[in-house]
Amino acid sequence: MLELKNLCKAFPIRNAFGRKTGALQAVDNVSMTIAPGDIYGLAGESGSGKSTIARMIMGLETPDSGEILIDGRSIHDRSDGVAHGRRVQMVFQNPGSSLNPRRTVGQSVAVPLDAHGFPRSKRPARVATLLDMVQLPAAFAERYPHELSGGQKQRVAIARALAVEPKLLVLDEPTSALDVSVQAKVMDLLTDLGRQMGLTYLFISHDLSLMRNFAREVSVLYRGGIVESGTSDTVFGHPSHDYTRLLIASVPVISAEEAALRPVIPLIDGELPTPEQLIALRQAADRQA
Amino acid sequence: MSFPLLRVENLSVSFTTYGRTVPVLHGVSLDVPARSQVALVGESGSGKTVTMKAIMGLLRQPPARITSGAIYYDGADLLTMPEKERLKLRGTAMSMVFQDPMSSLNPVFTIADQMATILKYADRRLGRTRSSRDRMQRVYDTLAQVRMRDPERVARAYPIELSGGMRQRVLIAMALLSETDLLIADEPGTALDVTTQAQILKLLKDLVEARGLALLMITHNLGVVRETCNSVYVMQKGVIVEKGETAAIFEAPAHDYTRSLIDAVPRLTGGRRFGTAGVPA
Repeated sequence: MLELKNLCKAFPIRNAFGRKTGALQAVDNVSMTIAPGDIYGLAGESGSGKSTIARMIMGLETPDSGEILIDGRSIHDRSDGVAHGRRVQMVFQNPGSSLNPRRTVGQSVAVPLDAHGFPRSKRPARVATLLDMVQLPAAFAERYPHELSGGQKQRVAIARALAVEPKLLVLDEPTSALDVSVQAKVMDLLTDLGRQMGLTYLFISHDLSLMRNFAREVSVLYRGGIVESGTSDTVFGHPSHDYTRLLIASVPVISAEEAALRPVIPLIDGELPTPEQLIALRQAADRQA
Repeated sequence: MSFPLLRVENLSVSFTTYGRTVPVLHGVSLDVPARSQVALVGESGSGKTVTMKAIMGLLRQPPARITSGAIYYDGADLLTMPEKERLKLRGTAMSMVFQDPMSSLNPVFTIADQMATILKYADRRLGRTRSSRDRMQRVYDTLAQVRMRDPERVARAYPIELSGGMRQRVLIAMALLSETDLLIADEPGTALDVTTQAQILKLLKDLVEARGLALLMITHNLGVVRETCNSVYVMQKGVIVEKGETAAIFEAPAHDYTRSLIDAVPRLTGGRRFGTAGVPA
């Protein structure tokens, strides 16, 4: 479904006068393959490059090198006349800022329909169908985002993303702004929709507990590169890379069974090491050996 | 049992906006004994922040109004004591660690400036005097206590020059400047990466235990509750629905709301199947 091949992206670092003084390698030789219908998790902290990868898949950033293939075709190959937006859509983190406050829910959901030439006359019916899919009453089409709760707003964002029937959905921290009980309902909805419509998900999150339960395949990103990938059960059950182990050890958990699953990380000066410290320790140990 | 360090008794608060009065706390009672770690957990809108603000005296009145109840600190009712007395406690005997390190630090002053100012006013309220040299020494010492490797460099920095984790450490240091007995932490570390959050929680826990402080942790994250607190109050819609020992409640919640909250948390052990269909279609 989606294939990333040796993807690289660097951003220039500029000084106060706008002169280029260096480069930040945001994405460093990332390759992965997502099978149709799969739920693929991308775990990483801030600065790991996960959002840059999402933006490149969406066509919002151009890779410096490497390829992004959807169904075997480069996303920059538009020769079949199918717009990129009909293949991939994205659900953003904060529904409060991803919905235009001046548009009604109906108008927001209709934006992609307009953009992709959906007949005007059929639009109200389509909007009603989409709202029904995300389990919102049709009357919500007349409401404004500020009249909605966070979970309802995120449902609207999901309806908008599904409007032109893409096959691949990029979910960028879709529930991190929501309460945990609302999160569970949104994840239920995404799971149901994925099954019904045969969607493929790229799920980006820093919430490892959520990822373990939602994604089937997982890649862990650190400083732009993938340090570990595999099935969710393998990566979380038997993490092999130090960074993955530290990430899992850092998750606050609510039961003794979960706590027992967390790897034990040696403390440095009575403190948990930072990822940099832990990796430097390993490198030093490797040099010794 | 002796009187706890902090006792909130039957606290009710309502808000009046545009002529409409909405009650938000309905008779909230909670105890934080000295040297104990207590969590107040609830989802957004549950009233946990209003409770915290009432305790710290940060509720703006109006629109808020405390309609009944009492808040005792060390046996004295904070709500009826003269404002001058209360000021002597706030930021000194009881202090706060705020959530968002960027918005609770002033971007145009250095860390040293801001910490020294806090200390100066705390000293003034308590009628203490301290030379500016002693003040700076206290600032450096406190930064070292939150395990800053180079306190003097951090003190010279502006907030923007520090990482999120370091800013959160500065906020903890600020709360520790005076001889605090009670630390109230409002979602510390939530804005941070998970590895940094783990460091901050461990630091907070170590400090609280080493100095024999009482901790009231306000959070929505049940994991954070289990990591830092041995007892917990669960709040829903302005009511404490359940209280008790953290391990016992997480193991066997008595109240339906607590149970639904715990069931909603995804587990690191996995095994949860999302979706309402049950079986794949």
